[in-house]
Amino acid sequence: MSRKTAIFILSFSLFSSLWLPALLGAAANPPLKQVTFIPQWVPQAQFAGYYVAEETGIYQKYGLKVEIINGGPQRSSAEYLKHQKADFASLWLVTGLNLWQQGTAVVNLAQIVQRSALMLIAKKKSGILRPKDIEGRKVGLWGSPFEIQPQMFFKQYDLKVEVLRQSYSVNLFLRDGVAVTSAMWYNEYHTIINAGINPDELTTFFYADHKLNFPEDGIYVRKETWQQQPELCRAFVKASLEGWQRAFAEPELALDITMRNLKKEHIISNRVHQKWMLERMQDIILPAHTQHQLGHLKRKDFQRATEALRSKGLIEKIPDFNIFYKPLAGE
Amino acid sequence: MNWLRRCGLTFKMNLLILSGVTLVISAILSLSYNITRHLMVERIEENAFSMAQATAYRINALLKAAEKIPAGMALTITKLQPDDKALKSILADRLAQNPELFGIAAAFAPESDKPPLSFYSRYFIRSYDRIKESPINYDYRTHDWYQIPKILDQAIWSEPYYGLSGRTIMTSYSYPFYREKQGHTKFGGIVCVDLSLNWLRNVVSSLKIGETGYAFLITRNGTFVTHPDLSLVMNETIFSVAESRGNPRIREIGRRMIAGEKGFTAFTGMLSAKKYWLAYTPLPANGWSLGVLFPQDELMANIRSLTRIMLGLGIAGFFLIMLVIRLISKNITKPLRALAQSADQIASGNLEATIPIPETRDEVGHLALSFTEMQQSLKDYIKNLTETTAAKERIESELNIASEIQMGILPKISPSPFPNHSEFDLHATIRPAREVGGDLYDFFMLDEQHLCFTVGDVSGKGVPAALFMAITQTMIKAQIKTHSGGVSADTLTQVNNDLNRDNPSMMFVTIFLGILNISTGELEYCSGGHNPPYRLTPAPEARVQELASTDGIALGVMEGFTFSSKRLTLAPGETLFVFTDGVTEAMNRDGELFTESRLEKLLTPLTEQPVTEITDQIMREIDNFSTGIPQTDDITMLVLRYNGKREKGGY
Repeated sequence: MSRKTAIFILSFSLFSSLWLPALLGAAANPPLKQVTFIPQWVPQAQFAGYYVAEETGIYQKYGLKVEIINGGPQRSSAEYLKHQKADFASLWLVTGLNLWQQGTAVVNLAQIVQRSALMLIAKKKSGILRPKDIEGRKVGLWGSPFEIQPQMFFKQYDLKVEVLRQSYSVNLFLRDGVAVTSAMWYNEYHTIINAGINPDELTTFFYADHKLNFPEDGIYVRKETWQQQPELCRAFVKASLEGWQRAFAEPELALDITMRNLKKEHIISNRVHQKWMLERMQDIILPAHTQHQLGHLKRKDFQRATEALRSKGLIEKIPDFNIFYKPLAGE
Repeated sequence: MNWLRRCGLTFKMNLLILSGVTLVISAILSLSYNITRHLMVERIEENAFSMAQATAYRINALLKAAEKIPAGMALTITKLQPDDKALKSILADRLAQNPELFGIAAAFAPESDKPPLSFYSRYFIRSYDRIKESPINYDYRTHDWYQIPKILDQAIWSEPYYGLSGRTIMTSYSYPFYREKQGHTKFGGIVCVDLSLNWLRNVVSSLKIGETGYAFLITRNGTFVTHPDLSLVMNETIFSVAESRGNPRIREIGRRMIAGEKGFTAFTGMLSAKKYWLAYTPLPANGWSLGVLFPQDELMANIRSLTRIMLGLGIAGFFLIMLVIRLISKNITKPLRALAQSADQIASGNLEATIPIPETRDEVGHLALSFTEMQQSLKDYIKNLTETTAAKERIESELNIASEIQMGILPKISPSPFPNHSEFDLHATIRPAREVGGDLYDFFMLDEQHLCFTVGDVSGKGVPAALFMAITQTMIKAQIKTHSGGVSADTLTQVNNDLNRDNPSMMFVTIFLGILNISTGELEYCSGGHNPPYRLTPAPEARVQELASTDGIALGVMEGFTFSSKRLTLAPGETLFVFTDGVTEAMNRDGELFTESRLEKLLTPLTEQPVTEITDQIMREIDNFSTGIPQTDDITMLVLRYNGKREKGGY
């Protein structure tokens, strides 16, 4: 055997051993489609369903390889979707509608959060027990899309208040810098409780209880993506909904996954807080006492939100419900 | 407690005394444990407080020192209104002068909240021992370090946060400054210093509290700033720990801590059920709270070992007392047991049993001596008794002999006393009340034709009566023989005189004396004060009648009395029943007498019965009458039936 022949055989066998299994594997399973998804905020139980779907192979089962981009104060999911930095995004309904107003046609593939978790919290010792007690007080609000419901709330109760733009911590409220603070039920409310204030020491106003139930988190995609790859979109939604179901069925697993992702990003949090959040997510994703289908956007909720936005002069262009919302079941 | 009564003295003493001792030892142990524990806890409380407060003071002093820097700078900015260059050098200088600081910033309020916004800030940080600027390129108006002191209008320490490296925990002290504008004061901005909390962690973790004690620091929100378990730090608040542990007590204590209270309380650990004492005290500068945990088991180990030693001593004492009881009870019970054995021997009749005398002169010794005396007394008594019994036996045997002699004096009635005389049937019976009696009967043939018979009753009973009876009988026998043909009255007169003549004991005797002519049935009789006999006449008359009285008196009463006799003739078949008052004066239970009338009634149907049958029948009736009553008087009966003159051997 000549030296050349030996080298040839050696390189051929090397080539085969490296590439042959890959080629055979590719023949057995079609290649996974790479997609990206961005939630509105940092990793936490608010998005447990997506992280569970990702880590337990549900996306893979649907032929997807999903990269979850971490949201947060520096990364707006709406911007990411708008600028095609993400294929799918979690957005509030009003944010989705706002994108239309800005000229970005997006499609709601699933309305995950049915019941608004946005709320106002006051300390009872500050004398606030009813909406009218808020009159003239300092109220902490977040920016868009979190200020739409409060503004309508103040209008509804004819309240003049001193609005302060609040940070993402509850310290201003804890130090009595504001009498009333904005909070998410699944997050800041529990943070306040675990800063040592007892629930019975607080007065809470849920917008949902004041005819201001705006559905919150939903799965959005750009319209062209939907038009070009409806199957891909359906696969993503199906897998995500399955992820949510699994997260509610196996909360400990969901918490393990959440905590892992959270620590990876050096997010300050703890397991009981995430547990609270996951439980509240179940409450608002699958509200009790309602005939609700997971991920369904009700026409009535859509109309209420659009009506509110238009009355505030925030949007003029209102997409048709059937163009805006593309449910799985509708196909 | 019946079983206890059956137990021995040693066991009882052991049981009772040792129960008492156990009780006392237990009481002392538990009391001493509790007192020691109480004192210990008090000491721990003092200790814990002083430790917590010293540490809090140390931390507070450092915080206070840091507070002075922005305060001074705020004043400088307000007064001097430095330009950008001057401000930069002031900030950089201050940072350089204060190595404990990580960063220092001045952030100015925008001229207007309306866009376009004009942010102006300068921020210097320490990086690898160099001072460098780090621009703030975000809208700081909604950040806690800027917003909270601005709104609250007061300097404030921030909640801890991770520094730029993501590893260092920092806290900032923000100090608001103001600017004069058009005559009124307006918020001008914030001066802020950043402080690494690594030093704080060192201070807190340097607290050595036994092997397993530790300290922790929480913020005004309850967030852990330092804790041996680093996973708690920054991530958890004392309230989230309370929630995850499901322990509302931790939450309660956390609320007190963040409220700025001081306290000392029992506490379970954050991560385990281990028991601690917790002393907590606030840091006045920033309202954080320092908790110092003292492990109970470690601190109580001393008390436990002390208690163990005391328990050991207690047990030793217990056994010592047991031993002492054993010795004492041995000293008491051993002689007692020996004494009991001797007593048993004595009880079973061995009066010679030796009684052990213990050497001690205590109660047991005394008892033993008394026992010895009792044994001696018993011996004497029994000796006495033996002698008395012997004497009594001798007397009794003599009395028996006397009785035999007396009975020997009386003529034999069995076999038939007069087998050659079919003219009459005679039967007599006597039952003395004692071994020897005072009654007598006698009969004998004076000659071929005359049967003499007597029945008498001497006053008194017993040996003297028997002797008197014998004398009387002998005298009558002797006297009547001198009167041939027999004159009963003369005989009694003579015998009476003889008896009176020498009768110092003043005894007397009633006597019935009869002489029957067996050929004719003629009866001469004389009674010396004796009960009148009955004459029984067979059917058809079937009569019982007393013999007529001869008006005689008892013999031995009056000398010179002249007795008289009477005569009568018995028809064949007639019977004479002579008796003593032992018959008629026999008594029943109710104190009633047998009486003559009862006797007459009983005799009436017996007139034709054989003579032995008459005595037997009457004797049975008397026995029936006085059943259960001891016989008080001698009973004597003599029955004589005249059959008439018959041919010899007519039967």
